[in-house]
Amino acid sequence: MNRFAWLAAFAGLACAPLASAQSTTDEIAKYRAALQDGNPAELWEARGEALWKEKRGPKQVSLEACDLGKGPGVVKGAYAELPRYFADADRVMDLETRLVWCMVRLQGYSDADAKKNPFGNGADKRSDLEALTAYVTSESRGVKMSVALVHPKEVEAYRIGEKLFYFRGGTHDFACATCHGENDKRIRLQDLPNLMTTEGAQKAYTTWPAYRVSQGELRTFEWRLYDCFRQQRFPELVYGSDAAIALTTYLAHNANGGVYDGPAIKR
Amino acid sequence: MAIGEPMKIRAALSGDTTEIKVLMNHEMETGQRKDAKGETIPAWFIQNVLVTWSGKTVLSAQWGTAIAKNPFLSFKFKGGTKGDKIVIRWVDSRGDTRSDEAVIA
Repeated sequence: MNRFAWLAAFAGLACAPLASAQSTTDEIAKYRAALQDGNPAELWEARGEALWKEKRGPKQVSLEACDLGKGPGVVKGAYAELPRYFADADRVMDLETRLVWCMVRLQGYSDADAKKNPFGNGADKRSDLEALTAYVTSESRGVKMSVALVHPKEVEAYRIGEKLFYFRGGTHDFACATCHGENDKRIRLQDLPNLMTTEGAQKAYTTWPAYRVSQGELRTFEWRLYDCFRQQRFPELVYGSDAAIALTTYLAHNANGGVYDGPAIKR
Repeated sequence: MAIGEPMKIRAALSGDTTEIKVLMNHEMETGQRKDAKGETIPAWFIQNVLVTWSGKTVLSAQWGTAIAKNPFLSFKFKGGTKGDKIVIRWVDSRGDTRSDEAVIA
């Protein structure tokens, strides 16, 4: 083999990983498209809608009077404006936290009972919160994200969320920004969105909650953050905590203008 | 559990063909997985699916463990008019069964 043939062969090899990475991305995109029709998330949406309307809890009332920010009982478009400041709680709340609030205030559950099973696991451990979240978010499909930063507490939450996004820590000295602050990063074969770009933030935020095929479960945005913290080897992110809500506020606001398109389906 | 959870059925007429799309709620355990204690999780899956259109069988299927959790089934058959009743029924390996209905739209 002459020298040029060697060079050509080498060049061919060098290109191969890039080409296969590209086709993997394409194939995953095709896989998602194929699954789009018949997304099992619809099963969670249906169960959530039934739960929303069912008289439950110690007080035997439904959640239909729950105020998600657009007035009691208004579900349509509510998720596209969350998190937001709620005067009755004097706190910024994301959807999951607000659902817990309504389950406690309206239905009479204790706080611990309301959020005792935030992330479901199979038939014996169904999560009502995941189902309710699926229903409420589905009612914002097609609505443009519009998270306000008007109330000082909303601004504060955004600022804290921004700090958290860049905060490096844990055994791996990771920040959210380590993986989500540059284009074309990936974990295993999954492309990671660059959340510092408007496009990346919109694409990521508007497709949660999502049915995770690999888990056979619907996962909410609280779960997404919880699991990112775990992957970063951070302390456990507490469900409905100020930290979780602040980070959600930061990411949701950055996705403003994007059309909400969940619950979606992900590998 | 699966007993209490309805299927999501869509039945749409297009020309002379009816297209059925159905999502079922089922764990579809393969019998290959192990739990946290290392013990095998017993197989548990939908075995038979029967779809009828106005009482007439249009699909009869035997399933195994290779079907995914929360299965999605889509198929077409010739015929059907708007308002006709579609009944879908499955029986799983435990003998549990569930039946749901929809009308062709």
